[in-house]
Amino acid sequence: MLTTATGNKAVAAAAKEARPGVVAAYPITPQTEIVEQLANYVADGSLDADYIPVESEHSAMAACIGASAAGVRTFTATSSHGLLYMHEMLHWAAGARTPVVMANVNRALGPGWNTWAEHTDAFSQRDTGWLQVFVSTVQEAYDATLMAFRIAEDERVILPVMVNLDGFSLSHITQSLETVEVGDFIPQFHLSHAIDTEHPRGYGTMTGPDIYYRFRWDIERSMRASREVIAETEAEFARRFGRVYGPVEEYRSEDADVVIVALGTLGKEAEVAVDSLRDDGVKAGSMRLRWFRPFPRLDLSGREVVVIDRDYSFGFGGVIAQSIRATTRAEPCSVIAGLGGQEVTYDDIARFVREREAGKETWFGVSD
Amino acid sequence: MFEIRIHSRGGQGGVTAAKLIAQAAFHDGKCATAFPFYGAERRGAPVVSFVRISDEPIKVYSQVRNPDMVVVLDASVMDATDVFAGLKEGGAVVINTTEPPSIKGHPVHAVDLTGIALRVNLVVAGSPILNTPVLGSLARIGLISKDAALKAIAETFADPRNVEAAKTAYEETKQ
Amino acid sequence: MNPLPSEEYVHKCTTACAGCTSSLSLRYVLKAAGPDTVLVVPACCTAVLQGVYPATAMNVTVYNIAFAAAAATAAGMAAAFRRQGRSTNVICYAGDGGTVDIGIQALSGALERSTDFLYICYDNEAYGNTGMQRSGSTPIGAVTTTTPAGKIDQKKDIDRIVAAHNIPYMATASAAYPQDLYAKVKKALSIPGPKFIHLLSPCPPGWRYSAERSVEVGKLAVKTGLWVLYEREHGQLKINPVSKTAMKRPVPIEDYLSVQGRFRGISKEAERALKASMEQQHRRLLAEEAGAC
Repeated sequence: MLTTATGNKAVAAAAKEARPGVVAAYPITPQTEIVEQLANYVADGSLDADYIPVESEHSAMAACIGASAAGVRTFTATSSHGLLYMHEMLHWAAGARTPVVMANVNRALGPGWNTWAEHTDAFSQRDTGWLQVFVSTVQEAYDATLMAFRIAEDERVILPVMVNLDGFSLSHITQSLETVEVGDFIPQFHLSHAIDTEHPRGYGTMTGPDIYYRFRWDIERSMRASREVIAETEAEFARRFGRVYGPVEEYRSEDADVVIVALGTLGKEAEVAVDSLRDDGVKAGSMRLRWFRPFPRLDLSGREVVVIDRDYSFGFGGVIAQSIRATTRAEPCSVIAGLGGQEVTYDDIARFVREREAGKETWFGVSD
Repeated sequence: MFEIRIHSRGGQGGVTAAKLIAQAAFHDGKCATAFPFYGAERRGAPVVSFVRISDEPIKVYSQVRNPDMVVVLDASVMDATDVFAGLKEGGAVVINTTEPPSIKGHPVHAVDLTGIALRVNLVVAGSPILNTPVLGSLARIGLISKDAALKAIAETFADPRNVEAAKTAYEETKQ
Repeated sequence: MNPLPSEEYVHKCTTACAGCTSSLSLRYVLKAAGPDTVLVVPACCTAVLQGVYPATAMNVTVYNIAFAAAAATAAGMAAAFRRQGRSTNVICYAGDGGTVDIGIQALSGALERSTDFLYICYDNEAYGNTGMQRSGSTPIGAVTTTTPAGKIDQKKDIDRIVAAHNIPYMATASAAYPQDLYAKVKKALSIPGPKFIHLLSPCPPGWRYSAERSVEVGKLAVKTGLWVLYEREHGQLKINPVSKTAMKRPVPIEDYLSVQGRFRGISKEAERALKASMEQQHRRLLAEEAGAC
């Protein structure tokens, strides 16, 4: 069905379509609309789920872990400080191999209080063992949420998945949305190690140095296998529903001399900058990273690269710029822009490209 | 791409107006996006929201800087805000007022949305609702079709007075 | 006296300390609960005494979880079981640190939301797993590794906090009174909704007495009146006869304090405060039972 929706409403609609049995919910701006909408679905009977209005995000993730371990599909949503408050349980969810799906509406961190978009919240969770995808349109928020369940629950993965969307600029924007009937695209929830009291087991028992590392390696093995599962899932999604996704969305990058790398809504706005640069004779292209974990393999050989980081790792640099440096031979020009919702236009992005300098880091708007 | 900026006060429904316009444009077969600029959310504070309408998918997320049209739901915000900032040459202005101002170089469409809302008793919590009648005005000046405007309103609000108010505004808006 | 069921769900190969009453209590709890049970265990002694992977001393499902997360995990689990039509008992088995300190938020939330589970706090009045640091549940005057001169603050009254949630069933118990403990767990599990049982768990290394005296120390706690056995079912308080007797003809609290190294050198002020809070609790409970409040 073709309709219009905000990013938040699209995520809630996709979560409903996936039929979770337990939804844990705690409000935080700018995510709240997702859990409100799910409450409405449960209240009007269109979603048959236990809605647990927990008292904190830490408990939201704990409840999802408990429910998932008991053999039920789970969903929750959070943002910013809520995500940070969950941090311990994010590690636990991955380590316990509970395929929880969560939407994270990317938002800056205090102090000072700031409810606008930034990616530092999600990147702070990069080592938790969660798969992370970043979306750039309302439609993609919907599609990625649906696919997240199938990927997380695949036998080769069994890891939690976080769907990231920019606070306000995507969570609150109204765009067109085509919803689907998911059918068996998302199979019945099945967790082979779910609790079965007829065959009692100890979960998370004390584990010594002689074996602990094997469980860690097992997470990494699944993370590696997830690349294939993601590719298969995206191909199947395209086959069934007609929309094509990959680890990276490339735009006019094939013959580009300079490539803009960005995520989320800035990655879309970059495409407008590419068009205007091309009009001026600059052979620009863009690569919008969709997946952050597992991190995509980019082919940037022979191209100059401008990375826009809507985040920062103090004492080191932009997280994406670091990652590009670590995984390719590129020496990117690093631009730190859009922190705390800082307005960044396509004209600004075009200027980043025109004024690029390999290896240099620039903070947009900072002159000292 | 056609860009619109809407000025209102918190609680008057400017954000919903933007959504409804995008919905109507969508029913007209266009691509559209609508989004607010969120400051600290509080009732009565000036609020800005944006709509973009295009035949092509819209990739721009940054704020509208040079609108093709400005919609002012509450003329009193003009004391605090330069509502014409960046307005394109010849760009239209739609104002909820009984005293249409004259703005050099810009067509002004004045309509008494507050009066219309009061007349059809479209009042919630003591405030007249402006965001549905304004769609009637925008349909009248050709931004969206009348059918699409009424459809967007009807699918969003069950109360038929919203559609009634939009129809009235359609009749009373000067082209 | 009815014999307890002979089934054992805690095998003799635990890695608990000698004289551990937490593991002893757990033995009785599981006899009452039976095999269709999930024990949700946050960081605490019980996380350790199960044994080391791949071995386990436990013959029921145990779900270990982060320190602050037991009650919330149980909430998710209980919801999942019930919607699958499974009546599996979900029992949190948590120490005092995981209950009155770091876990109190999740506990309060789960109680308020009518979660169908039983939360058992086994209270050894300190962070035992990390070597006896003070907790909110440590009594005034007790020496711990972080209160070398004796604790100056009063023990947090978690039972009154729990009672304020108006849950259908709550009780106190002790491994020194196994029949009573067994019966209370049985009753708790027969009632839908949130239930809470608070166990006093004497701890030989932490309280500094010799391991064979654990049951004796547990009984002394009750007979001095410092630990009152009762249950509150749908708001109706019932004090155990043994505690009624203790309130009328208490064993001197010095008898309880003097057998424990942690109270050696307790100040007169601390002892007075301990006694005063005990007496206040007795008055409050007696008044409640008599319907005076």
